[in-house]
Amino acid sequence: MFLINCPFCGERDQSEFSSGGEAHIVRPKQPTELSDDEWAEYLFMRKNIKGIQFERWNHVHGCRKWFNVVRDTSNDKILSVYKMGEKPPVNYK
Amino acid sequence: MPNYRIHKTEYIDETKRVSFKYDGKTYFGYEGDTLASALLANGIHLVGRSFKYHRPRGIVSCGAEEPNAICQIGSKKDLTEPNVRATELELYEGLEASSQNCWPNVKFDIGGINNFISPLIPAGFYYKTFMWPKSFWKKVYEPLIRLSAGLGKSPTGPDPDIYDHKYVHYDVLVIGGGVSGIIAAKMAAKNNLKTLLVDDKKILGGSTIYQNNESIKIDDKLSSEWLKNEIQEIKKLSNLTIKTRTSIAAYHGYNFLLAKENLTDHLPEEKKKNKIRQRLWKIRAKKVIIATGSIERPLVFNNNDRPGILLSNSINKYLDYYGVTCGENIILFTNNDSAYETSISLHKKGIKNIIVDLRKSASSELIKQAESLGIKIYFNHVVTNTFGYRKINSLEIMKLSEDGNTTIGNKIILSCDCLGMSGGWTPMVHMHTQSGGKLDFRDEDQVFLPKENSEDQISVGSCNGDFDLENIIDKTVNKINKFLEIDNQDYQDTNIICSKENDKRNIWLLPNKIPLGKTKCFIDFQNDSTAKDIKLALKEGFRSIEHVKRYTTTGMATDQGKLSNMHALGIIADTAGVKMGTLGTTTFRPPFTPLTFGTLVGRNVGKFFEVVRKTSMHEWHVENNAEFENVGQWKRPWYYPKNGENMHDAVQRESKSARDSAGILDASTLGKIDIQGTDASEFLNRVYTNAWSKLAIGKCRYGLMLNEDGMVYDDGVTTRISENHYLMTTTTGGAANVLSKLEDYLQTEWPELDVYLTSVTDHYSTASICGPNSKKILNKLFPNLDLSDENFPHMSFKEDKLKNINCRIMRISFTGELSYEINIESKYGHSLWKMCIEAGKEFNLTPYGTETMHLLRAEKGFIIVGQDTDGTMTPSDLQMDWIVSKKKYDFIGKRSLYRSDTVREDRKQLVGLLTDDPKEVLEEGAQIVSDVKSKPIDMLGHVTSSYFSPNLNKSIALAVVRSGKTMKGQKLIIPMENKNINVTVSDTIFLDKENKRLNA
Ligand SMILES: [Zn+2]
Repeated sequence: MFLINCPFCGERDQSEFSSGGEAHIVRPKQPTELSDDEWAEYLFMRKNIKGIQFERWNHVHGCRKWFNVVRDTSNDKILSVYKMGEKPPVNYK
Repeated sequence: MPNYRIHKTEYIDETKRVSFKYDGKTYFGYEGDTLASALLANGIHLVGRSFKYHRPRGIVSCGAEEPNAICQIGSKKDLTEPNVRATELELYEGLEASSQNCWPNVKFDIGGINNFISPLIPAGFYYKTFMWPKSFWKKVYEPLIRLSAGLGKSPTGPDPDIYDHKYVHYDVLVIGGGVSGIIAAKMAAKNNLKTLLVDDKKILGGSTIYQNNESIKIDDKLSSEWLKNEIQEIKKLSNLTIKTRTSIAAYHGYNFLLAKENLTDHLPEEKKKNKIRQRLWKIRAKKVIIATGSIERPLVFNNNDRPGILLSNSINKYLDYYGVTCGENIILFTNNDSAYETSISLHKKGIKNIIVDLRKSASSELIKQAESLGIKIYFNHVVTNTFGYRKINSLEIMKLSEDGNTTIGNKIILSCDCLGMSGGWTPMVHMHTQSGGKLDFRDEDQVFLPKENSEDQISVGSCNGDFDLENIIDKTVNKINKFLEIDNQDYQDTNIICSKENDKRNIWLLPNKIPLGKTKCFIDFQNDSTAKDIKLALKEGFRSIEHVKRYTTTGMATDQGKLSNMHALGIIADTAGVKMGTLGTTTFRPPFTPLTFGTLVGRNVGKFFEVVRKTSMHEWHVENNAEFENVGQWKRPWYYPKNGENMHDAVQRESKSARDSAGILDASTLGKIDIQGTDASEFLNRVYTNAWSKLAIGKCRYGLMLNEDGMVYDDGVTTRISENHYLMTTTTGGAANVLSKLEDYLQTEWPELDVYLTSVTDHYSTASICGPNSKKILNKLFPNLDLSDENFPHMSFKEDKLKNINCRIMRISFTGELSYEINIESKYGHSLWKMCIEAGKEFNLTPYGTETMHLLRAEKGFIIVGQDTDGTMTPSDLQMDWIVSKKKYDFIGKRSLYRSDTVREDRKQLVGLLTDDPKEVLEEGAQIVSDVKSKPIDMLGHVTSSYFSPNLNKSIALAVVRSGKTMKGQKLIIPMENKNINVTVSDTIFLDKENKRLNA
């Protein structure tokens, strides 16, 4: 079970959080301009990486804030945690 | 009765005699015994029958790895427990245990016949044989297998014991209290690290604590004496918590571990009462030191499974720790030095024994000591067979060829009453692998070792393959110093003398003159799989260890193959001609030893099992005979039966009153979200399908919320309380998810919006009064409020006081009747309700529950999200195109509404159904077809809501049907088990299409 360092509350048990899937998928500003394929790309397609993955987490049983997590899915190590709208503190490929 | 207890030890209290029952017969042991040691002291080896062949089986080990001595504890239906290892169960007064894997009894076992037909039961037998005929499985095979398999009985009553959970945080957790663990704990705690040491046994010290061989010394003391001193020392350390009788069940990522502490299992029945039986520790440790030791390997030879055949080291422990000898004429069969310790211990206590050693020769100090005591040693010999049915009585040995592949020379028969076997040691790497650690293979002694790759965890001592006590300072102490980043010097001058050497001659499957097919060389004692089975699996094409394991069931019993996995791997490697290290191992999964459900659940039983939410009117509902329905965690009144009414009658009465006069519903459970901020209107525009900007203050509007995929997600009425203040209602079940979803958009997609969301579901209680007389009742409650249609029309909102308490009143309707919802702070909810009931008396105001609510809304064709929708329905599918704004540029899900799939005309669409026989009520969920003759029948959809309407005096239903929108007036069929029901597709609104009642 992960220990997640909420950028607002500090280190807490995973049971306080819920995962929100892949991060940095921006909702298109003008969805009506998109073709079915382009919209489907936004709506359905996710990378599901083995390795370094950028994810969204919500401190749902805490401050209710959403934030971003860099996690290596091959060993579950959380490499970095940062707020919405921020860039990850270190550059990961 | 024979007595095999031959000497006193400090661990057995001979002043405290303990009586216990085993298989119905009474025996005696002493405080300090395990069930296994007490049985052996009584001369009992036979403790069960094997799983498949029902061969007699005896105690093999003295610990968690025990495959045979598995018993059922207790005879009461609520307290009985299966799968308890007699080797771990501490004896207590009044213990009742029975052997598990035999029927009708351990000495005469009907399944023993399997032993004679065993050529018919090869690997995969159960898969191959019981496949056919199919109908035989449930009626014949399964009951028979279950009856004779004897996997133990589950308790049938609720568990009366108390269990507990505890969360703890430590700097360092040390698993295992042997020499390495004790050293680790001392080093950590003395260096200001908050440390927890756990050990599954009653006392610390591992196998060294009873070690009394003169040739193994630490600082000139017997190793056991030295260790006792160390234990005394660490008990004084204030930074160190020691938990004995505590075993780690699971090692999860991020150093999160579960440990089970046994608190009362060793106490007599009367002392167990009202105490916590077991406690589950949920441990977070910054660093973990694994010192779980190693277990001795058996050897794989013909008939290696007879009662009286034990692991050599276990014979030693029964002797030196419990004072019990496993026989009077013992043979030790080994491929390494450790059996010599057992031999010398036995010799000292006057027990005759001889050694059969696979090795050609060996010359350590220990062996010289054995030789000088006159112990007979057969070097370069192998046991090729054993004899005796209920217990071993003799065995056969032969000389090994030069290469070890065959046997040569004459058979020698040796008589004995016990055989000890030692195939070397297997490091207990379970904890390391459970945590996600990988393993390396060390060829020289054929062991898997932890591959260190984490800064948070190390393995030390023999679980790390460091079997050599002499190197403990180099290997363990220095490693711990580095790992904990400390500089502890306590052990730098410790002087260790150990006369054992590590060489062994490893042969996984020992050679025999008899063809393999005619031998019984057991690998997994508990699941009865043999070397032959493994070879057969390979012959049949299985290669992966995971497949071989499943096909032969090797390592899949309750012991998880602690004794068998290595041999299975070794034989596969040898047969396939590959290096063992390249095969990998099977996965070790938690729990390490079986856990009871009680321990896992802890205190969360009965009314603590799940959170129950009750409205502030709940007590009134209870007093007034309500039947309740669970909606999410909420308890909602379902219906209020009067004078023994059944549900149907109650619902007919409630719904009729609501339409004829007045009804009242507790609507407090609806989700309520307070929305404030200068961008609140814009926010609603984006989350609902319809437009919100023009909603006047004091007005209410129904909204439909979609997912981004265009499917209906939730619905409810939202009220504009002031310019920048809205109150949104959601479905009862959807409240938490809607809030979460809205927060998600607000925080991640539209952070520029000035909007604040607060859940106020629990803050307000709601009484909903509907029916033609509802206005009169409202007037009695709020005499100063102008209730005229001009001042307070449908879909609007007013505030007023009820005895000085503020109320929010909405004129909104889910029933189609004139209807008001009164919201009040929850602490006044109960009073509000009672005042409504009082005011409504003269109008026959009838409380109704969720069932009537569902019926009333169905008459009006209002959907319930989650009942009439299932996450695949668009607004258009629901014939609700009217609520989707054409003007708005964007809202959640808008783009998906014209994807090629969502505009398909043959989607399932919501329709009404009327049965040809108006008395016939359809079953919700029933399938809908147009033609029952064509095969396969084309399924068009299903019924989503169905009721008998007392107001219309006929059956009505809502359904989703393929292309339903175009089918109005068409005949369809609902095929049921015994008949076909004819229906006609209708409009979804069955009552008052003109909405006259809303303004009645
Ligand atoms: Zn937080």
